[in-house]
Amino acid sequence: MKLTVWTYEGPPHVGAMRVATAMTGVHYVLHAPQGDTYADLLFTMIERRGQRPPVSYTTFQARDLGSDTAGLFRQTLQAAYDRFRPQALIVGASCTAELIQDDPGGLAESLGLPVPVIPLELPSYQRKENFGADETFLAICRALARPMPRSERPSCNLLGATALGFRHRDDVAEIEGLLSDMGIAVNLVAPLGASPADIARMGAAHFNVLLYPETAEATCRWAERTLGQPYTRSIPIGVGATRDFLAEVAQLSGLPVRADESRLRLPWWSRSVDSTYLTGKRVFIFGDATHALAAARIAGDEMGFQVVGLGAYNREFARPVRAAAQALGLEALITDDYLEVEAAIAALQPELILGTQMERHIGKRLGIPCAVIAAPVHVQDFPARTSPQMGFEGANVIFYTWVHPLVMGLEEHLLTMFRDDFEFSDEAGASHHGGHGAQPAPLSAPSPTEAAALPAGSPTWLAEAEAELRKVPFFVRGKARRNTEAFAALHGMAAISVETLYEAKAHYAR
Amino acid sequence: MTELSSIDTSRGCTDTPVLRERGQREVFCGLTGIVWLHRKMPDSFFLVVGSRTCAHLLQSAAGVMIFAEPRFGTAILEEKDLAGLADANAELDREVDRLLARRPDIRRLFLVGSCPSEVIKLDLARAAERIGQRHAPRVEVLNFSGSGIETTFTEGEDACLAAMVPGLPATDARELLVVGALPDVVEDQMLALLARLGIGPVRLLPARRADSAPTVGPQTVAALVQPFLGTTAAALAERGARVLTAPFPFGEEGTTAWLAAIAAEWGVDAATFAAATDAPRARARKAVAAAAATLGGKRIFFLPDSQLELPLARFLTRECGMTAVEIGTPYLHAGLMAAELALLAPGPAIVEGQDVEAQLDRVRAAQPDLTVCGLGLANPLEAEGLATKWAIELVFTPVHFYDQAGDLAALFARPLRRRARLNFGPTGGQP
Repeated sequence: MKLTVWTYEGPPHVGAMRVATAMTGVHYVLHAPQGDTYADLLFTMIERRGQRPPVSYTTFQARDLGSDTAGLFRQTLQAAYDRFRPQALIVGASCTAELIQDDPGGLAESLGLPVPVIPLELPSYQRKENFGADETFLAICRALARPMPRSERPSCNLLGATALGFRHRDDVAEIEGLLSDMGIAVNLVAPLGASPADIARMGAAHFNVLLYPETAEATCRWAERTLGQPYTRSIPIGVGATRDFLAEVAQLSGLPVRADESRLRLPWWSRSVDSTYLTGKRVFIFGDATHALAAARIAGDEMGFQVVGLGAYNREFARPVRAAAQALGLEALITDDYLEVEAAIAALQPELILGTQMERHIGKRLGIPCAVIAAPVHVQDFPARTSPQMGFEGANVIFYTWVHPLVMGLEEHLLTMFRDDFEFSDEAGASHHGGHGAQPAPLSAPSPTEAAALPAGSPTWLAEAEAELRKVPFFVRGKARRNTEAFAALHGMAAISVETLYEAKAHYAR
Repeated sequence: MTELSSIDTSRGCTDTPVLRERGQREVFCGLTGIVWLHRKMPDSFFLVVGSRTCAHLLQSAAGVMIFAEPRFGTAILEEKDLAGLADANAELDREVDRLLARRPDIRRLFLVGSCPSEVIKLDLARAAERIGQRHAPRVEVLNFSGSGIETTFTEGEDACLAAMVPGLPATDARELLVVGALPDVVEDQMLALLARLGIGPVRLLPARRADSAPTVGPQTVAALVQPFLGTTAAALAERGARVLTAPFPFGEEGTTAWLAAIAAEWGVDAATFAAATDAPRARARKAVAAAAATLGGKRIFFLPDSQLELPLARFLTRECGMTAVEIGTPYLHAGLMAAELALLAPGPAIVEGQDVEAQLDRVRAAQPDLTVCGLGLANPLEAEGLATKWAIELVFTPVHFYDQAGDLAALFARPLRRRARLNFGPTGGQP
């Protein structure tokens, strides 16, 4: 048993729903109690989908448990087939139905439906959402795809984009463009937009592009073994990684790299003098392993930040994250415990968080700017405009998205220059933030984490030092306060003077 | 038991046959109630003993994540907990000890049963007793089930309040007990109204703090402010309380009828009643009229959600000029709903339970002007061209009593006003 307040991933059947909802011509019949239908709103509200997910739930209740839940499953499956006439069905159980052991796969078989019925075995008490998506996609491909002659033109499949994915829709379009520039046809995009009939043509591609290891690595491995299709390992997020990806594609396709870099702006934007202020900004990175790893490379190499923390919530991919963290001289934070992540951020006091919507909330509370780089997603992660993370346009989007929450270069100087003017209140924050960035959340009592950060008997600020601290720009004031207090505590000082403030500043100078 | 002369139980929908449907139900489970209950009782913690699905539901239904460490959480069952219940109990004790050590502000802990904990027959009543003994007197430990196999959405609040009733201190005093979680601002308005009527002492269930629990006894008169509290009403009756049946305090008319039922119990004279209610009644009528201009003559279809459907249909048809096509409700408590049914003009189909696909077919056939439904269905229906109102807002927003009557009507008018406003056509053209 493990106490959880907020979760990064849903249960595995939600992963299966992400696959089914992304596809067309598929219907998922889920043996589940009343209430599990909440999952529909993830798709209709967060992603603003105009169709319900293609899922029928048995929604059994207590009174059904004593009678015939297996019969209820059979009825639901038959009714779903009759109503929706899908090309293929997937069947499975949610956590509660797993306990009553009705065997949806076996029951489905006994109905003898005239379309493929793909059973899912997703262990709800051991695994989570990404595993569910990965496993479901594999089960569908295994059931439907067979070796077949390759297409005449060099072609590939783009694998891994799902419903509720972080910018998957736009990543697919961007990568299709890059491949098209090289003269490579896209044979299949899946699961997003694919029908079972499309999946059956999977084997015609010369190779696979693995877009998101979290949701398609098992399928790519299987296709390599069974369909003889090699797959790309580089995830094209960031300039360098996109170039690595194109080189890999060139190698797999035997075609030369032809990349139109005329619209790639990140490198120049990053070199332009306004970006000087980005140098060495301390960033904390947390997300799914794929996006966190990509962000770490971009942050260090392409933005000139200093990565002070790196972690991922999906333990399945801990190894590469640990290795990347080690290379940066850090210890990776591999956890799905939200409170641990918050404690790590509170202790490190980064200047920018690159995280999920969960870290965005942490940032709000701690007054630290945050840009979202990974799922779990929120309605604002589905912008109306095209906004990929992958490819060259993705790099442009990333530059803008990461810099936006920070105080801009010139503005940083102007704030310092004008902060004593009576017309100007630096409490207002940066003009483009709407002025709510640095305010403490008034709604919650200090959490134990925060309380722990201020041990009893911590040094007191003398009035002069407090006044001096006010002269420090607001966006670093919190860090200056904490550093000074830590410095004073370290040296056993009971009071903090102006001297202490500057000694601490020198001590922590970098 | 209401004394309102305007209610003639021989009329209305009292004898309308109720269509009972069984099929896929597109509703939340009772765990969802934790989202508002934990706000109402700030010294309580709600610990769901369940699965990752439960945790995910709470997070998704809440929609926003505001608190670093909210006063609810899920003890997620793992493979090893399923293997042996002895271990599961030991694990639960350990997690609770840790939690209470970290949260010294917590005075009351609810162990909340879920579908998986019910299916594996984890006895949370015994666990609550065991854990309660260890943490007495600092923390009171109670349990209830919010599982989807036993509760639908608002029935979670019913189960929670009912769980508190046996432990309430006894009294022989004649008291009014108002039952149902209301936002503090609405609760204060209600208390002010009752004070002006000279009714008291007034007790509240749930109380805001664990140490101010209401008393209950044979002289207690209980008035429900929510229509979904049947189990709580029965538990109070067992403690000797008499539960009033009245229309629920939605809209000007519902609020007046609800207050009148209590006033009759306390023998409040007509002049006092008029003095206390005339001004807010006029205010409410005026506020409702603004939205009724949009709603008048429009047809509304309720999918089952919160059990508020019948009282809301009564309000919208009688005070806002709407016509109800179908009123779906997850559960129809004939006793508690008698006064509401009597007020509702015949015409609408009344449906208990759900078979969502069949019901959506009826929505499409009826083409109502407004469909009240859950969040999973709203955008898909909008995409089909049907205007919708998310039902969950009706339980998260202050909607009770006179001064919210206008807001309540406006919640329904807004989707229609928005549709009328949007135009994507060329200049001078049609959208």
